[in-house]
Amino acid sequence: MVPPASSPRSGSVTPRVVFPNKVLPYLLVAPQLAITLVFFYWPAGQAFYQSMLRQDPFGLRTKFVWFANFRKVLADPAYLNSIKVTVVFSLATAIVAMCVALLLAVMAEKVVRGKGLYRTLLIWPYAVAPAIAGMLWLFLFNPSIGSLAYMLRSFGIAWDPLLNGTHAMILLVSAAAWKQISYNFLFFVAGLQAVPKALIEAAAMDGAGETKRFWTIVFPLLAPTTFFLLVVNTVYALFDTFGIVHAVTGGGPGKTTETLVYKVYNDGFVNLILGDSAAQSVILMIIVISLTAIQFRYVERKVHYG
Amino acid sequence: MIGQSPLRTVIAHVVLILGILIVAFPIYYTFVASTQTLQTILRPPLPLLPGDQFWNNYTEALFGGVGRIGGVSVGRLLLNTTVMALGIAVGKIFISILSAYAIVFFRFPLRMTFFWLIFITLMLPVEVRILPTYKVMVDLGMIDTYAGLIIPLIASATATLLFRQFFMTIPGELVEAARVDGAGPWRFFFDILLPLSRTNIAALFVILFIYGWTQYLWPLLVTNSSNMNTIVIALRKMVSFADADTQWHLVMVTAMLAIVPPILVVVLMQRWFVRGLVDSEK
Repeated sequence: MVPPASSPRSGSVTPRVVFPNKVLPYLLVAPQLAITLVFFYWPAGQAFYQSMLRQDPFGLRTKFVWFANFRKVLADPAYLNSIKVTVVFSLATAIVAMCVALLLAVMAEKVVRGKGLYRTLLIWPYAVAPAIAGMLWLFLFNPSIGSLAYMLRSFGIAWDPLLNGTHAMILLVSAAAWKQISYNFLFFVAGLQAVPKALIEAAAMDGAGETKRFWTIVFPLLAPTTFFLLVVNTVYALFDTFGIVHAVTGGGPGKTTETLVYKVYNDGFVNLILGDSAAQSVILMIIVISLTAIQFRYVERKVHYG
Repeated sequence: MIGQSPLRTVIAHVVLILGILIVAFPIYYTFVASTQTLQTILRPPLPLLPGDQFWNNYTEALFGGVGRIGGVSVGRLLLNTTVMALGIAVGKIFISILSAYAIVFFRFPLRMTFFWLIFITLMLPVEVRILPTYKVMVDLGMIDTYAGLIIPLIASATATLLFRQFFMTIPGELVEAARVDGAGPWRFFFDILLPLSRTNIAALFVILFIYGWTQYLWPLLVTNSSNMNTIVIALRKMVSFADADTQWHLVMVTAMLAIVPPILVVVLMQRWFVRGLVDSEK
């Protein structure tokens, strides 16, 4: 998913001068609109409709059951477990990725020489597909041939992400956060550059040390960037990391890493429980809509600030 | 500028270098693994320096080795992935610039309805409508086709919003002047709007190329035949940690081939990349 762009509300000044054509504009929006209707709205509508249907085990008869699928899904311990897994995974990924990125961005602000080089060397994991990132981390950390797993074992840690759920989760979070560091780094650098230098100098003259200056001035002023990144990282961890889960753990060992998106895929595509999968899709849609709404409420402020 | 003790500068450099080591390590180690023999890889720990099998492994992978494992050549995988990434990048830019043009420079009934219809697609990622979308693909016969890999992904609220935002900064006088000089909408589009949008297009192109190259769920859904796999999907199929027969040296070469092209795009077009990333978020 490409991260969303600016809010439709911002910049409401439109050129008064327009072209008078009557038919041309429809032709111009037609391709985009056609794709949107066929591949977005129609399937989304189908998901809503199917979420209220239930098929018998042989797929012969379908019955309209209103919200029964939702009640079933939300009462299912496996689904509740998957919500828990998703929350832990998303928060851990967002926090790790943002903390590391913030530390690196603050350090990058301090150096004068080599700044460009550091930036170049820090941004390229952005280009690595999440699934590949996952596979590379698994290559390093798998118990049979992973070199870093070998190191961990020689320190006496019984490391096995293929059998231990906590280890599997740590591995997924590391791979997912690793890939996201570059993105957060660029935004934190931009945020830090927008902090007025005069404020920092004034604080320095008043005798505030560097650590104090950071926590009392720089960090609060970074809040819009931080909040914005928190939302973006959560969306990333929720949706874009399907590849990592699918390629690395497949939801295992024993459902300990089964995220919501992975479960929708697995129930619908592999286990073919259509009604449940559709109900889960609708729940996910509600989550995305809320997150997008939150994002746009605060993006406005970010623009005012920046 | 506040003076800074040399010690703190040194600490900053050390932290950054450590950060770079962590960030670069998985990719560096993949490269190291791609230059070792299978036997070396199977006996951890792997050496920290590249081995002497670079030539052997890469030629083996490129000329038949990967085909033996996955049933499809690396060349074909790279071709599929390139077609998909370019198709998505060009397609998204093409249809988005047209719809943004219509929405900003024309007035017509349902204009804002269309705009909102496009905007709301932000909230409908593939992940939330997997099965019904798959069914549409089957009904339209688009499984295992390039069109199937590309077209459903090229609707773009992000790109449309970005172009709209940019077009709205273009002064009305410019449009007026063009009209006075007798330029129609097409002339205005090609001679004025497109040249002005060059930097936006370049920035967006880098981001979208990477978006297309790194897709996972979509190619997983719409390709059954190995011949239509992207390199990321093929790689996933080649890797098995349970299976002792995994040809790790070839897997690692394939991994390098899968990650180097988008990394080159990011590094070589860094200026556009950073701009595209920040712009599409503003």
